[in-house]
Amino acid sequence: MSGTAPEIVPGWETVIGLEVHAELATATKMFSGAPNHFGGEPNTNIDPVSLGLPGTLPVLNARAVELAIRVGLSLNCTVQRSVFARKNYFYPDMPKDFQISQFDLPINGEGWLELADGRRIGIERAHLEEDTGKSTHVGGGGRIHEAAHSLVDYNRAGVPLIEIVGRPDLRGTEDARAYVSELRSILVAIGASDGKMEEGSMRVDCNVSVRPVGQVELGTRCEVKNINSLRSLGRAIEYEARRQVDLLTAGERIEQQTRHWNEDEGRTHKLRSKEEAFDYRYFPEPDLMPVEPSEEWIAEIRAALPLLPMERRHRLAGAAGVETSATALTVDRGLDDLAVAAIDGGADAGRVLVHLENNLADGVGHLTAGAFAALIALETGGDLTATQAKTVLASLVDEGGDPAAIASAMGFEAMESNELEAIVDRLISEHPDDWAALTAGDDKERKKKSGFFVGEVMKATRGQADGRAVNELLARRAAG
Amino acid sequence: MSARDLAEAVRSGARSARSVLEEHLDSIAAREPEIHAFNVVLADEARTAADEVDRRVAAGEDPGPLAGVPVAVKDNMCTRGIPTTCSSRILEGWIPPYDATVVDRLAAAGAILVGKTNLDEFAMGSSTENSAFGVTRNPLDTTKVPGGSSGGSAAAVAAGFVPLSLGSDTGGSIRQPAALCGVVGVKPTYGAVSRYGLVAFASSLDQIGPFARTVSDAALLLEVIAGHDPLDSTSIPEPPADLTSVLDQGVEGMRIGIIEELSGDGLEGIAGDVRARLAEAAAALEAAGATVETTSVPSTVYGLSAYYVIAPAEASSNLARYDGVRFGLRVDAPTSGDMHSATRTAGFGDEVKRRIMLGTYALSAGYYDAYYGKSQKVRTLIVEDFARAYGRYDLLLSPTSPTTAFSLGEKTADPMTMYLTDVCTIPSNLAGHPSMSVPFGVGDDGMPVGVQVLAPAMGESAMFRAAAVLEAAAPPGAAS
Repeated sequence: MSGTAPEIVPGWETVIGLEVHAELATATKMFSGAPNHFGGEPNTNIDPVSLGLPGTLPVLNARAVELAIRVGLSLNCTVQRSVFARKNYFYPDMPKDFQISQFDLPINGEGWLELADGRRIGIERAHLEEDTGKSTHVGGGGRIHEAAHSLVDYNRAGVPLIEIVGRPDLRGTEDARAYVSELRSILVAIGASDGKMEEGSMRVDCNVSVRPVGQVELGTRCEVKNINSLRSLGRAIEYEARRQVDLLTAGERIEQQTRHWNEDEGRTHKLRSKEEAFDYRYFPEPDLMPVEPSEEWIAEIRAALPLLPMERRHRLAGAAGVETSATALTVDRGLDDLAVAAIDGGADAGRVLVHLENNLADGVGHLTAGAFAALIALETGGDLTATQAKTVLASLVDEGGDPAAIASAMGFEAMESNELEAIVDRLISEHPDDWAALTAGDDKERKKKSGFFVGEVMKATRGQADGRAVNELLARRAAG
Repeated sequence: MSARDLAEAVRSGARSARSVLEEHLDSIAAREPEIHAFNVVLADEARTAADEVDRRVAAGEDPGPLAGVPVAVKDNMCTRGIPTTCSSRILEGWIPPYDATVVDRLAAAGAILVGKTNLDEFAMGSSTENSAFGVTRNPLDTTKVPGGSSGGSAAAVAAGFVPLSLGSDTGGSIRQPAALCGVVGVKPTYGAVSRYGLVAFASSLDQIGPFARTVSDAALLLEVIAGHDPLDSTSIPEPPADLTSVLDQGVEGMRIGIIEELSGDGLEGIAGDVRARLAEAAAALEAAGATVETTSVPSTVYGLSAYYVIAPAEASSNLARYDGVRFGLRVDAPTSGDMHSATRTAGFGDEVKRRIMLGTYALSAGYYDAYYGKSQKVRTLIVEDFARAYGRYDLLLSPTSPTTAFSLGEKTADPMTMYLTDVCTIPSNLAGHPSMSVPFGVGDDGMPVGVQVLAPAMGESAMFRAAAVLEAAAPPGAAS
């Protein structure tokens, strides 16, 4: 798995492990009935439990457990008996001054995520925990140490989170981004999370270490926090890898640290060292019972899972007879069901993918798989040119209907080949210099002149000619 | 008049709830300045509630099994719109926006809340001397403590201020003051009564229970407050035990074991007069047809040590939320960390601070296994020892408190001697089992002695049957 990723600093390998927090798409919070939704006036999505008022007790949201199990099953994890634990530390945006999380017994144990190129990235665990509130520091440029005062919004406090802890199996910025994108696609596909990094519903902490290429032993890692987009993920990894290599080549040692990514400055800075790390004093949460999902429930959840993005890519690739990587765009756009149905309905797979990638980027509207297959049949049967098919397709998207009827209403009729030949021959005789250039010229010139003749044919036929047929005809004439 | 008779008189219209209330308010007015059982007396609210009960009776409705019965609630149970202080400065100014489940159930049963009772701060103590609002005195001898931590609730019942009250019991905080004040006090099975709205001290040990002057009244109150509550995840789903209907069934054929380790021969510090009363109680049970013998429950002697690790550990986490951010006392300081410290330094009393420090230490990295981990193992041993004992016996017996009520100030200088007063009561909390204290005569000083009846989980029916036998056979109590 090593050595293939591009090196950020030549001779050095960057090793990355990601911890991804995703907010689960439940209607209510993890341990109470307060609403779970983004936005809203500060401190409106709250209740006594999510404020941690004295005497309140947590009651576990069954839906959060179900979504966590979905995540676990989708990441090939062992779903197991789990115990909630208290993670104790003081912070103003944490209502109880402890966070209910899972420690030694997470709901999802070992698993893996498959990247597009088939590599499996290890998942150590994926556990449930509650989110904290949000602090806003007023005055002093928003920095906590210079602020005049701080405001706390508890709307987010108690929102259910799944923390997915990845193994250090990633080897560069592309790897890291591919992993996060794939993970996000999975979370969205299974309805576990909306995966919006910009709204903070998906957050990435990044462990980075470097080692000389060929070294087996892992370097000392630093954890980088506050990464808010795929772009900053890449930038932060590059910055951190270079920083660490610079230190090592200067003969210094890496100190295990937690570092903060500053997007504006494009650099990380130290938050705390390993020695300054919190002692969270984890212990089992006495107010909650262990979670012991039954085999039946897990089976039910598994049976209700939709196809995962990777499975959908494999399915489309199989149906279309293409490489899996060629199906990524179509699956990302959620158009693969349509593609597979059209192909199953007899449509030419190549034309299906071309139309989906080039002509349906803005959505499929009223287009059905049946109409799509019928349209492609007209096109491949020579009844419609590619250009005409595209026009009919646009109409199918807008209004639906029968492609043959639409084509006929639009006055599209495929040119008879002898009719086309007559036009081509006429144009050759009308433009002898261009024809000579086409037949005698180099590749570049031939292409240029072919384009000229195709354009002239289209003019003469008001776009009804099939460009491919014209090119074939020109080639035949040129070959004599 | 018993609570049962009062409720009957009010329901039948023989007496008005208002007249019952005024009679009790008069007795409060007469002796409360001397006793200080209450943090607050809610005379106006109580009058409104009593008038409502009378209106309902007049309208032909049944206000419930506690119709018009004045009750007091320990001031660590949340009451909507009424300050809930835990007898701590740190909750100064906090008014809960919700009622504890038990408070709801009392109201639904027609009970009249007349006040909130004093306690050791956050229920940490055995004498009610750790209150930020002054000590409560034993109504039977005001130079003596009422016990604790529910000393206010015990004193209120013993002084005749109310026929019924609620306390909370984490290591003996209902049973020990019941014994010292000569009333009945019950710690139900863990999970039998909802903890929702009880300000947490040690969540895995805390349990709410009744004080009453008779076993029958204690049964009546426990039946009102027991039962599943979806707001408490540790609440028992099964219906609660039948109590009042079995009270007169006696103990014929029951096998009862006296716990050797907690009854004098195996444990230093159990006073001679207490041992004598226990022996008489055993004889009374035997006379009623039970088989009584001494038995060994060896690990109970380690209960106290395990308790003073587990309870402070949980408390250190439960009490973290008193940070000055959201409610209660705030002592301003330049940073949020300093504000936390200043607030907690000013707001907590010495005993609370002592236990927070103990618990924080016990959970710290490097010490967890030696303290918290080991204590949990002791807890498991105690559960196993009890299980073996309950294989041979239906009930177990021990003193409730090693001595009768001690003098105010006698044990405040040495926390260890204070802790030792809970040695007999703690094992039931660690096991989650029910147990209750029944008054059984007086000691050499004329102060009451309590006998503790212990039962396995959900064993309240048999426990109350034995308690009723002891009550009937008890020598005269202390004169107040």
